[in-house]
Amino acid sequence: MSETSRIDTILAVVVVEEAKAKVAGGSAPVFIVKDKEEQEKIALILSRITKAMAHDLENGVYILVKH
Amino acid sequence: MDNYVPTLVIGLIVGTLARLLTLRSDYRHFPGYPHGYVTHISLGVVAAALGAVAIPAFVEKEYTAVTFLTLAAQQFREIRNMERETLSQLDEIQLVPMGKDMIEGIARVFESRNYLTIAAALQASLVTYVFGTAWAVLSSALVLWLFVRYLATGPVIGDIAEVVESKPYFGYGNYKTLLMIDEIVIMEVGLESSRKKIEKEALGVLIKPKDDNARATLNRVGQRQAILNTVATLIGSKKEIGEPDWTPLARKNIDTGEVAVFILPNEPDIEPLIEAVKATPVLESARTTPLESKAGSRAAD
Repeated sequence: MSETSRIDTILAVVVVEEAKAKVAGGSAPVFIVKDKEEQEKIALILSRITKAMAHDLENGVYILVKH
Repeated sequence: MDNYVPTLVIGLIVGTLARLLTLRSDYRHFPGYPHGYVTHISLGVVAAALGAVAIPAFVEKEYTAVTFLTLAAQQFREIRNMERETLSQLDEIQLVPMGKDMIEGIARVFESRNYLTIAAALQASLVTYVFGTAWAVLSSALVLWLFVRYLATGPVIGDIAEVVESKPYFGYGNYKTLLMIDEIVIMEVGLESSRKKIEKEALGVLIKPKDDNARATLNRVGQRQAILNTVATLIGSKKEIGEPDWTPLARKNIDTGEVAVFILPNEPDIEPLIEAVKATPVLESARTTPLESKAGSRAAD
């Protein structure tokens, strides 16, 4: 697995209720949460389970990316 | 028939000594003591024997015997493959891997040191045969000194670049979650808790290349990976399985060629980090000298 040629995939999306219209389709499951606090918690748990990195798109959407 | 005993014995001894002197284990613990040593010393003795018999074979007009040297070359290429394979497989499960460039560098060194062994044995037996034992001791001492002084060590990052502290911070314009060092974006960190920890504990340095040759070297991803591996080995990284937020990273400033190194170290001291970065060897495969070409030197100004 090299730094430059690997493929990074989105494993999951964690989105707050009011922002869920901002995500559609795709292969990754979408987890809908009620607020920012729960979003942090779910993202952290998913990150540890999937060994993926949590990224904040700063629009109410978190994605988990396998690097 | 001449008496070849001193020729052979001195060749063998000097060759073996050459291998022993260049077989040095350090913080990487490679070759591993004692089994790695046994393998390499044995092969070193074989190489020394090959070098030592070449001169007597010539003198006896046994020219076919000399072709055995080509067999040796084949054999030593095997060593390179063996080392490369072992290291690559171990590297796959490392938290901060060495990277292909560094592995290739180590493997190449193992191969070439066996050729040096042959060369040392060859010159020792030649000098013994032509001038006598006393001269052989003298010339061999010189050759071995040259090996240790010039061939067993190479340039390090400290020679080609300046390394200064640069504290990592969050925020670039409106983007609050981007981890930065100087003007370089390192990565995006989504979790609030991770950002807090990084803000509190992370260390960063800026590697400033001294010229365009150094810039080209630092541009190599393999070289940067080698820096990260060295740093993680020497001062320790908090990176853990399933916790990618603590991954040490090296990213360059695309405008200036400076490279920023980010790490969440075990101990929050900056001095050891700077020392570790400086001590990283400049890899043979990453060494480039564009300034020596016409196009490169014209592009530089």
